Amino acid sequence: MGFRMISTTPARACIALGLAGLFAAVPPAQAAEAHPGDFGPPRGEPIHAVLTSPPNVPPPIHRSYPAKVIVDLEVVEQEKQISEGVSYTFWTFGGTTPGSFIRVRQGDTVEFHLKNNPGNKMAHNIDLHGVTGPGGGAASSFTAPGHESQFTFKALNEGVYVYHCATAPVGMHIANGMYGLILVEPPQGMPKVDHEYYVMQGDFYTTGKYREKGNQGFDMEKAIDERPTYVLFNGSEGSLTGDKALKAKVNETVRLFVGNGGPNLVSSFHVIGAIFDEVRFEGGTNVQKNVQTTLIPAGGAAIAKFRTHVPGSYVLVDHSIFRAFNKGALAILKVDGPEDKTIYSGKELDSVYLGDRSRPNLNAVTTATASAEHGTLTLQEQIKAGEQLFTGTCSVCHQATGAGIPGVFPPLAKSDYLATDLHRTIAIPLRGLTGKVTVNGVEYNSVMPPMSQLNDDEVANILTFVLNSWGNPGGRISADDVKQVRAQPAQAAVAPAH
Amino acid sequence: MIRQRWLRAALGAALAGASGIATGEAAAAEYVRIPGADFTSVLPQGATPDSSATTTLSSFELRSTPVTRGEFRTFLASHPRWRRGQAPMVFADAAYLADGPSVEDPPATDDADRRPVTGVSWFAAQAFCESEAARLPTWLEWEYAAAADETRRDARADPAWRQRILSWYERPASRRPPPVGGAANAYGVHDLNDLVWEWVDDFNALFIAGDSRTQGDPDRLKFCGAGAISIVDRDNFAVLMRIALLSSLGASESTSSLGFRCARTLAGTL
Repeated sequence: MGFRMISTTPARACIALGLAGLFAAVPPAQAAEAHPGDFGPPRGEPIHAVLTSPPNVPPPIHRSYPAKVIVDLEVVEQEKQISEGVSYTFWTFGGTTPGSFIRVRQGDTVEFHLKNNPGNKMAHNIDLHGVTGPGGGAASSFTAPGHESQFTFKALNEGVYVYHCATAPVGMHIANGMYGLILVEPPQGMPKVDHEYYVMQGDFYTTGKYREKGNQGFDMEKAIDERPTYVLFNGSEGSLTGDKALKAKVNETVRLFVGNGGPNLVSSFHVIGAIFDEVRFEGGTNVQKNVQTTLIPAGGAAIAKFRTHVPGSYVLVDHSIFRAFNKGALAILKVDGPEDKTIYSGKELDSVYLGDRSRPNLNAVTTATASAEHGTLTLQEQIKAGEQLFTGTCSVCHQATGAGIPGVFPPLAKSDYLATDLHRTIAIPLRGLTGKVTVNGVEYNSVMPPMSQLNDDEVANILTFVLNSWGNPGGRISADDVKQVRAQPAQAAVAPAH
Repeated sequence: MIRQRWLRAALGAALAGASGIATGEAAAAEYVRIPGADFTSVLPQGATPDSSATTTLSSFELRSTPVTRGEFRTFLASHPRWRRGQAPMVFADAAYLADGPSVEDPPATDDADRRPVTGVSWFAAQAFCESEAARLPTWLEWEYAAAADETRRDARADPAWRQRILSWYERPASRRPPPVGGAANAYGVHDLNDLVWEWVDDFNALFIAGDSRTQGDPDRLKFCGAGAISIVDRDNFAVLMRIALLSSLGASESTSSLGFRCARTLAGTL
C-alpha cells in the first residue's frame, strides 16, 4: 500500500495518508483504549452494594481496584402517604421514592438484579443513565411480577446519574415515583465531607386537588398537560421537615446529591440562606463555584457542596417558588451550633417602616426649611423637623425611643457621650462612627456609616431634636455649626472618647 | 384429533357442571355473543401494519365473567395433571396456583370461590378453556369487547373510560380482588377492565408486526417512548399497559393479579 502511494501525486498521497491515519485511530484491536473508564476486569471477591433509602447516601468507597458489584433492587408497589391525610399508590425501587441510592466506583462491573415483587400488578424495568447500552439496561430488565431479571454493565463514566423505570407508559411509571440516583465515584474517590444527603424532586398528578384528603389516584390528563398537583422532595410532603429535617452543625461541609425524576418539570434548586460553594452541575465533571440556584433537568442530577456558617433552618426549594409554597417542594436543613454575629447578626430590629407613607408627615421639615430661608427658624420648628427626620433616618437603629439596642446600637437617650462634646456629636452623622465607644458606661463596637444624604439643615435639626429629647440636657445646633464641622479635617472630629 | 379434543372438553364441562351443583355453585359458565364489526385496535394491523388500518372481526362468544376460583377448583378435581405440583414445570412455573385454589381446600365460607382465579399459566388457562369447549380469546377480540362501557360499544374516546382503567391499575395488587360480576358492559360482559389481567391466546405475538422494518426490534414496547412509535392511539396508555404486562410474561408464568376468561368461535364464522 505504501509503495502505491509514492507513485501518486503529492496531494492525493496526502489525502490517502490522512485517511490511513483516520482508520488507524480506531482499530478494533485497541478497543480497551477506547473506553477510558475501563480499568480492566473486576478483581477480588464480588461485593454486594450497600443501598440506602433517602435521604441517606451509602458510605464512600475506599477501594483502589475495579470490582464486581452486585446490586439487588426490588420493585414494590405500595400505597403511601403523599401529604398529611392523603395517600397515593407509589411504584418504587426499593420501597421508597426516590428509590434506593446506589454507589459504585468507576470501572466497576455491576451485576444488576431487578426483582419485581410477586404482589405487584405491573411489569417494570430499569433504565440507568449511568449505563452505556441500549435503553440503559431497560432492554434487558423487563420483568413481570414475581420475576427477576439480571444484566451486567461496566460503569465507564463517573458522575451522578438518574435511574428510572422505562416501561410503557414511561411517564406514568415515573410519575408514580419510579426513579432514583446511582453515583459512579471517580477512582480516587470524592473529597471528604461531613455530611452527604440524597434529595430528589418529582412532580405528582393526583385526581384530587392539592392536599385533598383520602386516597388519590393518578390523573393522566394533568400529567399530559404538565399541571402537577404536587411537586415534592423525596416523595412526600414533609419528608424532610420537622423531625425528618436534614441535619448539620456549623462549620461543616454538606454534599447534596440532588436528582430530578420529573416526569415533567425542571427544577430551579435553591437553598434559602446558603450559597453552594461548588456545584457539579448536571452531575457532570465541570464545577461551577458560588452558585445560588442550580438548574436540574428532569432526568438529571447535580452535586452541590457548601459549608455551613450560621446556625438555623435552611429551606431547600424549587425556586419556581409557587411549587415550594403551594405544591410542597420544600425541605429543611437544620444547622446547629454557636452563632457567628460577624457573618449574620440575626434579627436586630423590628420597627415600623413607613416608606413613602411618611411623606405627608414631613410638613414640619418643609416648614423648617422655609423658616431657615427667611431667617425666622425657631427652636420648636427645629425640634419638630428633627423629630420627623429622625424617624425616617435614625430610628431604624437608635429606635424611636432613642434607647438603641443594648450591645449593638448605642442609646441616644440620656447619653453622656453626646453631651460631652458637641463638635464630636455633630461629626457623627457627617462622617459616621466606627470602632469602640463607651456610652453610659457600656462599650459598643459597631459601624455607623456617614449619613451623607443629610444636608446641614437636616443634621442640625436632627441633633437639636435629640438634644431636647429623652432626658438629654437640651441645646440647639445651627446649620452653621454643622457647616463648620463639615469643613474641618475628619481626623480631629472623630477623635475617640476617653 | 379435533374430535378427541372436543370429547375431552365436553366431558370436562359436564364434570364441571356436576361438581358445581354438588358444591352449590352457579350453573355452567355463561357465554355472551359479541357481534363482529370493523374495529381499530391500538396496535397496528394489516398486511403492512398501518396505524390507521381497521380490521374486521367475526362474531364470537365471550365468557361473561373471568374464571373463578371455584370453577378452577372443579377443573382441578377432574384434571389432576393441572394441580399445583403435578403440572409439568414447562407448563406451569413455581408461581402456579401459589395462592390456590386446591382440591384439598375446605368449602369456602365467604365469597372466595366467586373471586377470579389468578396465578394460572397460559397453558393451564388454555387447558381450562378446552374443558369448556372453548379457547382463550385473541387480543383483538379481548380489546374489542373491552372497548365498551355500560352503554356504548366503543367508549374509548371518553376520558372517563380510560380513567376507570387507570384507577384499577392504581389499586395495589396486594388487596384481594372482589368477586366476579361487576357492572356489565354493553354486550353483557363483566369485569374486563377492572378486576384482573387476563391471558389472551396470542399474548406472545403482541409485538410481532408483519412489517420487516419493525420485525427486527421486538423490544420496541419495552422501554422509553419506543412503545409509542407503533401504538396507534397514543393517548391510550391504559390499554398499552395491559399489553406491556402480558408481553413481560412467558406462557408457563403467571402473577397474582393475572386471570383469564375463555372465548368460542361461532360455527360457520371461520
